[in-house]
Amino acid sequence: MSERKPKVVGFCCERHGADAVVLTARTGKQYDASVRLVQVPCTGRVDGIHILEALEKGADAVFVLGCLEKNCYYDTGSIEGRKRVGYVKSMLAEAGIEAERVEMFNAASTNAWAFPEIVSKMVEVAKRFGPIVPEGERR
Amino acid sequence: MIVAKRKPLGEIVEMLAPYKKVTVIGCRSCVAICLAGGEKEVKMLVSALKIKNKKDGRRQEFEGLVVERQCEKEWVKEVEDKILGSDVTLSMACSLGAQTIGDMYPKHLTFPGLNTGIFGVPEEQGLWSEKCVGCGNCIIHTTGGICPIARCAKSMLNGPCGGSANRKCEVNLEVDCAWSAIYDRLKLQNRLELIEEITPAKDWSASHSGGRRIIVREDARLTPHQKKGKEAVQ
Repeated sequence: MSERKPKVVGFCCERHGADAVVLTARTGKQYDASVRLVQVPCTGRVDGIHILEALEKGADAVFVLGCLEKNCYYDTGSIEGRKRVGYVKSMLAEAGIEAERVEMFNAASTNAWAFPEIVSKMVEVAKRFGPIVPEGERR
Repeated sequence: MIVAKRKPLGEIVEMLAPYKKVTVIGCRSCVAICLAGGEKEVKMLVSALKIKNKKDGRRQEFEGLVVERQCEKEWVKEVEDKILGSDVTLSMACSLGAQTIGDMYPKHLTFPGLNTGIFGVPEEQGLWSEKCVGCGNCIIHTTGGICPIARCAKSMLNGPCGGSANRKCEVNLEVDCAWSAIYDRLKLQNRLELIEEITPAKDWSASHSGGRRIIVREDARLTPHQKKGKEAVQ
């Protein structure tokens, strides 16, 4: 039986976050292609409900990738993103679900190795915890 | 406005556990402004409950919706079918909203999703502070616009208690002494003589101590004839 592919969703800002992804590709660095990326104008646009719905619909882990906090294209967008991620993590913890399934990351657009590292980390988290609902028990 | 806070998820899950079909109803009024029970919060709670249920293997149906003002029957009436079509309603409004639904549909179960907190004002984004306790007899015209009942831990009426030090309250050293603030405000307004005036013991009968209170405005009430007409239209 083939190994189950982890389901990781990444919300990625279209500035430094997306540039970091593009740079990763341009420099030929490898990352797990099973990650599903959702590009957003700014991580300040990511709301808790987007993250929760991704988990509800089957994602094992979700990350948000934005600009470096002191170099955010929209000044405080990535700070807002981090706060929203924090709130969702607290809700998950309250629900008895591993809060580590959701993380916030920041990357500079010139950092070619940040994105593969983030993906590896979240894929590892997804593999460690597995699906929220075990396969075959979809409810 | 009325400021409330969501109950812990575990408590909500426990409350709702015996029921299959749950309607979660938020309110676009105060609780939306204080980020406790508006549209976003309802959606997030429903989503979190669904994830929790999937994990725990519990089968429940959730529907989330929001009404304009849950404390007014007209708005609640608009979602009557959703309320009565469920086993239980979880109100994401303040207790007034939850009780309005409960009073309108007494046989139907309505549970609170929020803990109703204070009459507060937003001091800064994400921070609300209590400035009124609804005592029923406002005196802030004599105290520089600052309420000593709500803002003094001991509700002192004639100056600070002996515990106030360095302009801070002894109950919470991070909170300014209400009477220091009153002194400053009256000084700013050149009305410092007011602080010398003795305020007699407060008549608390206008407050909650007198039991459930009602406020009536006679000219706004419907006459029996008008009530009959309204009922006929409905």
